Amino acid sequence: MTASEKLDAHLLETIQWHFSPETGCPFWLEWMSKNFDPKTEIKTFADMKKFPHFQDEWLRDLQPEVWVPAAYKGRPFNIFETGGTTGMPKQRIGWEDYKTDYSEFSTKISDEHFPKGGAWLMMGPTGPRRLRLAIEHLANVRGSSCYFIDLDPRFVKKLITNKQFDVAKQYMEHVADQAAVILKNRKVSGLFTTPKLLEALSEKLDIHAAGIRGVFCGGTTMLPQYVRFIVEEVLENKIGFYPTYGNTLMGLAASVPLTPEDNYSITYYAPQPRAVLRVVNPEKTEDTVDYDTWGRVELTTLTKEFFMPRFLERDEALRRHPRAPYEWDGVAEVRPFGAMENKIVEGVY
Amino acid sequence: MSLPHLPVLRKGVPYESLDKIEVKDHRTGEVLATVSQVNAGIIRRDISRIGDARAALKKFTCEQLIEISKKAGELFLTAELPFGDKGHTQTPQQYIETLSRTSGLPHVMVKMNMAKVNDALANMRTVLNGLTRGLDLSVIDIGFGEQAGCPVSYYPTTNCLGLVMPSNSPAVNSLWLPAIALKTPVIIKPGREEPWTPYRLIQAFIAAGAPKEAFGFYPTDHEGSGEVMKLSGRALIFGDANTVAQYKDNPKFECHGPGFSKIIVGDDEIERWPELIDLMALSISANGGRSCINASAIVVPKYGDEIADALAKKLGAFDPLPPTDENAKLSGFANAKMAEFIDSAIEAGLKEPGAEDVTAKYRNGPRKAELDGGVYLRPTIVRCDSFNHTLANKEYLCPYASVVQVPQSEILSKIGPSLVVTAITKDPKFIEEILDSDLIERLNIGMIPTGKISWNQPHEGNMFEFLYKRRSIEVA
Repeated sequence: MTASEKLDAHLLETIQWHFSPETGCPFWLEWMSKNFDPKTEIKTFADMKKFPHFQDEWLRDLQPEVWVPAAYKGRPFNIFETGGTTGMPKQRIGWEDYKTDYSEFSTKISDEHFPKGGAWLMMGPTGPRRLRLAIEHLANVRGSSCYFIDLDPRFVKKLITNKQFDVAKQYMEHVADQAAVILKNRKVSGLFTTPKLLEALSEKLDIHAAGIRGVFCGGTTMLPQYVRFIVEEVLENKIGFYPTYGNTLMGLAASVPLTPEDNYSITYYAPQPRAVLRVVNPEKTEDTVDYDTWGRVELTTLTKEFFMPRFLERDEALRRHPRAPYEWDGVAEVRPFGAMENKIVEGVY
Repeated sequence: MSLPHLPVLRKGVPYESLDKIEVKDHRTGEVLATVSQVNAGIIRRDISRIGDARAALKKFTCEQLIEISKKAGELFLTAELPFGDKGHTQTPQQYIETLSRTSGLPHVMVKMNMAKVNDALANMRTVLNGLTRGLDLSVIDIGFGEQAGCPVSYYPTTNCLGLVMPSNSPAVNSLWLPAIALKTPVIIKPGREEPWTPYRLIQAFIAAGAPKEAFGFYPTDHEGSGEVMKLSGRALIFGDANTVAQYKDNPKFECHGPGFSKIIVGDDEIERWPELIDLMALSISANGGRSCINASAIVVPKYGDEIADALAKKLGAFDPLPPTDENAKLSGFANAKMAEFIDSAIEAGLKEPGAEDVTAKYRNGPRKAELDGGVYLRPTIVRCDSFNHTLANKEYLCPYASVVQVPQSEILSKIGPSLVVTAITKDPKFIEEILDSDLIERLNIGMIPTGKISWNQPHEGNMFEFLYKRRSIEVA
C-alpha cells in the first residue's frame, strides 16, 4: 500500500469515526447537520477541499466538551493550550495522541545522541502546553526522566510587543541560568529547548562538556544560516541536532537529517496519516504551490481524538519533495506567514 | 565573471554566510556585489574570544604600527587590493566608481574622502602625538615610562573598539584608524550602502603587514549592531540626536551625532560680509553638505537678509551633475526615501511663520531633483527670524543652512552645542567669551572653513583617552 493509499484509508476511518453519532463529537455532528455528510462526500484526501478552512476561534470560543467524541465520553481529558498568544487561549483536548506522536518520534532519534536511561532537560514553554507532557513521555519511553525549566512565551510576547527588550533579555537569561544550574549539578544527556534559549545556554557553559549529546529543538523560525550557526558554533558539530516543527494542534513534524546538499535548509515531514501538511497558494488555498516555492502552511489533523480539516497555520514554508523515509511532501524553512512583508513578534522563545 | 562577494571577516578570516544582501547602484538598481550577513550570536561568540586579536597586535610596537598605518594609507590610495573572497580585486578607480554608484557621492568627493583617509594614516604619528600630548609611545608598548619627568602608566580600557558605521561619508572611517596603532582590534559593522571603505581599509592594513586578527567586519542586522555596541568595551556611536542622547553620558561610548556646526561673525567683522560669502558657502556645501563639520547655521549680528540672499544666489545655482563630472557639488541619495523625508521636513518647517527658503528663487527647479535615475537635493538656505524657529538649528544630509541674525551679545547663549564653530572676529573680548564657552568642540578663529581639520588635534573626542586610562605607578 502506498503512503497515499494509507492516508486515504486512514482518512475514511477518521471521517467515519467523527461523523457517526455513536463515536463522533457534538461539534462535528452539528456541523454535519448544517452542511454535508462527509461520510458520503469524502472518499480520498483530494476530497478534503470540500471542507472549509477550520476556524481556530472555535477552539477559543466553544467549551472543550463539544470536542469530546462520544466514544471518549466520561473519560477525563487533558486540556492543552496553544503557544504564545494573550487573551483567552485556544484549547485542544486530548487523551493519548501526544503519547502516540512522541512514541513514534522516539524511533527517529538515535541512542548515541539520546542514550536510553540518560536524563533529559526541557527548557521551554511548559505550563498548559502539550509539549510539557510530550517531552516527559518521550523521555519516559526511552527509559529516562526529565528535568524542567519553564519559559512563559506569552509574557515574552508581551514584553516584545511593549518594546521592553531589556526585560525580555533578562527573562531569557533567568531561564538559561536555571538550566545551567541543573546541568552543572545533574547528569543530563538530552535537551529539549528553543533555538534562542539554546544559544543563550551555550553562552553560559560548554554544553558538550556538561554532558549533552543530543538537542531536540523546536519553537520558532530556523532559517538555514541560523541552523548552520547552531550546528557549527553552538553545538560545535559534536552534538546531535534534531529540529522539529510542531504545535498543539498538529503534534510534531520531524526533520530529515541534514546532508551537505541541503545547505542547512531543514525540511519537516508531518506525522502522516495522523496529520497532513500542505503548502498552499495563499490566494487560492485549494491549490498547493510548486515544489521549492513559498506558500502558506495548511494543516489537517486526523486522529480519533481530534479532527481538524484544512487549518491555515500562521506560517509559510517552501514545499519540498518527498524524501526517504517519508513518501509525502515536506515543508522547509518555516517562518511566520508574511515574514518578508511584516515584522513578526517571535521573541526569545 | 561572478559577482564580487564581501564575506564577514572574523578576526580577519573570511566567513561566507548563507544570508547575503545585495548592494545596488542607487540609480539603475544593478547589483554590484553581495555582502554576507551574520546573526548577533556569531558576534557575541567572537567578541567573547577577542583576546587573541589584541595579543596579535601587541606583538608590534606602536612605532611599527604607525609605519604599517602609513603604508596602509598608500595602499588604500593607490593599490589594487583584494575585493571579497571570489578572486576579485579592486583598483582605486574601481573603488571610486563602486562607492559612487552605491552611495551617490560624485567621484570628485570620493577622491577627496580618499585623500582625507590617506592623510589620517600618513599622519598617524602626528595624530597620536596630538592625542597623547607628546607621549613617548614606548610607554604603550611597555606599559609604563616617563612623560615630562613624571612616571606614567597607561592601561587599555577595552579589548576591542566597536563601530556601527554610517553610510553617509567614507572619511568617517578615519575616526577609527588610530585604534590599530594603539593596539586595539576593531569590530566594524559597516553601513549598508557603504561596506567598501572599511573593507578596503582592512585589506590595505593587512597588505601593509597588520595582523589580520585585528579586524572584525560584521555586516549584520539591528540586533547584531546592538551587540557590537554593547559587548565592545568601547564603541563609537553615530546617529541622530535621539540616538546619541541615549549614550552620551556613558563613558563606554564616544558619540558622533549631528554636528550643528556654525559660522559666527562678530560686530567688528560684519561690515565686510561680502568677503565672507565664499567661506560660508564652502563650509555649507563641501562634501555635498553631508558631514557633521559642514556649517548648518550662519549666525550674524547684522545683514542677515543680505547674507542669506548672497548665499542663496551662490548655492542655489548648484544642479545635479553626472557623478563623473569634476564640477559635481551635490551627492545623490542611495535611499531616495531619505531625500523625500528631508525635503518634506524642510517644507513642514517652512510652513511655520518666520522662515523663508531664500534659495527657492535661485534654483533651476524644485529642491528634490532627479538626474539619470538618481535623486538629489539642491542646496537650501533658510532665513530664520529667530533661533527659536524649527529650522534655525537643524542639520540635514545635504547643503543646508539657516541664516539667523542675533546681537553679538546673545550669540553664545543661542547657538547651543556645536561641533565646529568658525568665529570671524578679532574682538579680544568676544574671543575670550567664545573661548570660555563649553558648547564648542572645535573652534576656528578667523577665516577657516568649518570643514578644515587638523591631524594634531582631535576634533571630536580623544581616541587615546578613550582607549587608554592612566594609572599611578611605582616600580621598585
